[in-house]
Amino acid sequence: MSSLSNSLWVLLLGSLLGLELIGKVPPTLHTPLMSGANAVSGITVLASLTLICQADGQPALLAIAALSLGFALYNVVGGFLVTDRMLAMFRRR
Amino acid sequence: MNSFSLDLLGDAIDLVAVLLLALGLKGLSRVSSARTANGLAALAMGLAVVGLLVQLQPSPITWLWIAVGSALGGLAGVITAQRVPMTAMPEVVALFNGCGGMASLLVAIGVALFGAGDAGMVERVSIAISVFVGAITFSGSIVAMAKLQGWLETPAWTQSSLRHGVNIGLALLCLLGGLLIPAHPTGWPLWLLVGASTLLGIGVTLPIGGADMPVVISLLNSYSGVAAAAAGFVVGSQLLIVAGAMVGAAGLILTQVMCTAMNRSLLSVLFGGALGATGGTVGGGGSEAGYTRITSCSPEECAMALEQAERVVFVPGYGLAVAQAQHALRELSKLLEAHGVEVSYAIHPVAGRMPGHMNVLLAEADVPYEQLVEMDMINPEFPRTDVVIVLGANDVVNPDAKSDPSSPLYGMPVLEVDQARQVFVVKRSLGAGYAGIANALFELPQTAMVFGDAKAVLNGLLSELRSLGVGKPAPAAKQKVGV
Repeated sequence: MSSLSNSLWVLLLGSLLGLELIGKVPPTLHTPLMSGANAVSGITVLASLTLICQADGQPALLAIAALSLGFALYNVVGGFLVTDRMLAMFRRR
Repeated sequence: MNSFSLDLLGDAIDLVAVLLLALGLKGLSRVSSARTANGLAALAMGLAVVGLLVQLQPSPITWLWIAVGSALGGLAGVITAQRVPMTAMPEVVALFNGCGGMASLLVAIGVALFGAGDAGMVERVSIAISVFVGAITFSGSIVAMAKLQGWLETPAWTQSSLRHGVNIGLALLCLLGGLLIPAHPTGWPLWLLVGASTLLGIGVTLPIGGADMPVVISLLNSYSGVAAAAAGFVVGSQLLIVAGAMVGAAGLILTQVMCTAMNRSLLSVLFGGALGATGGTVGGGGSEAGYTRITSCSPEECAMALEQAERVVFVPGYGLAVAQAQHALRELSKLLEAHGVEVSYAIHPVAGRMPGHMNVLLAEADVPYEQLVEMDMINPEFPRTDVVIVLGANDVVNPDAKSDPSSPLYGMPVLEVDQARQVFVVKRSLGAGYAGIANALFELPQTAMVFGDAKAVLNGLLSELRSLGVGKPAPAAKQKVGV
């Protein structure tokens, strides 16, 4: 049960951190921020990887987990690259 | 001992990754640091993956599956990110977001079907939450993307109150499935929950009009964070929980900011149906009904007004991006600047299709960042502005939002272009705006409509101005006198 309460603390503090981190953003950056935050939410890759490693060679589970890894990485890789593409255009002259 | 030090190494990497993620999100809120910050967040993600692999030590066959999944997803991500046009950014964010939701959904299904035997109660409850949020995020995002792409219309029945009944029914089914999953993780409750929450995501998103879609995407972005955090509970990863919670909170803040900018409450966006859809007769499909005192003029007259002006403000809207006219606009403003005209761009917080979207589109056309002026800064400047040119923007310059309490837009902060001496509105026709509402600006005495495609009109203005002698290498007579 202590691991559950640990995790709940982590959840609570993480949420508060998120609220504080991006309290003030200039409107210019709303779109890149949305896209960047979206890329971070692809951190589900960690869950997919864990699942693959714990699959113990069950083919169906491996397939589901690998599919999930693909979706998550699509989110992560695409998200970070497209954010970078947007932000690259904001450099000052 | 060896496995102990490996765990320690993994934990250390995790901590560094969380720190970098937080710094990355923080840095993304300042223009000067945003790009580096995005890189930091990506690095953090990479570190987290390495840290996990160090701890798990996959076997060779596992590596193969990892490689296959990574190659497919990563490659598709690179291709999408490179190919997508900047105008389609809202759709792409929705698509990526939906895939993140799908990933969490699949993890939860996988654990429920194959690992539930040794899953405790916490994991089982987390599975239910993860399935619910993941499926809603996925189907909602895909519907949002399809609506933004124009693949899906808003069906008429979704505008009646019938939809609330349907959605409440679906929500009850979700609740039933969710409550039964912990007792029977592999049985029908799982599939009931998967089906009902997928349909609920569709049912909730489908009635929402195009103008409100950015708010929905932002909210779904928040959900995908929640889905990731729930997946973190399922597999017992605290790093996932932190990152998911941070993104969930971030999405909520952004959603709130957008609602404020559009003067909509989140509740009315989610449950109010499409804005203006109940207005009936006004606007829609290029109808000219409702307008009686329209003045139209040619690009030539507009060019003459520009040539005389000392201060010009452009109000770019999404119509500009649709016409791919950003570069022509940049040309025109360069020409005017060379002629001694003070040029700036008025950016409404929700110009384009997402907050900040217009800044991205103009930055792509090399418009200096400093010339983009936000609403609060530029509104006091309009009374001393000679010419305002509205390009493909509509609702964000509607004066009814300030003066007519019966307007659906009433109370929304708008750009007060009606204060300027002369206003030209470049538009293809008198069709209503994104929200389907008539615009009182068009009928004001100082307003003239320049009908045509934004790009064609801008190119027309360019050639008219050049033929007036503006921007010639040898300074024109007027410029000498002016200086």
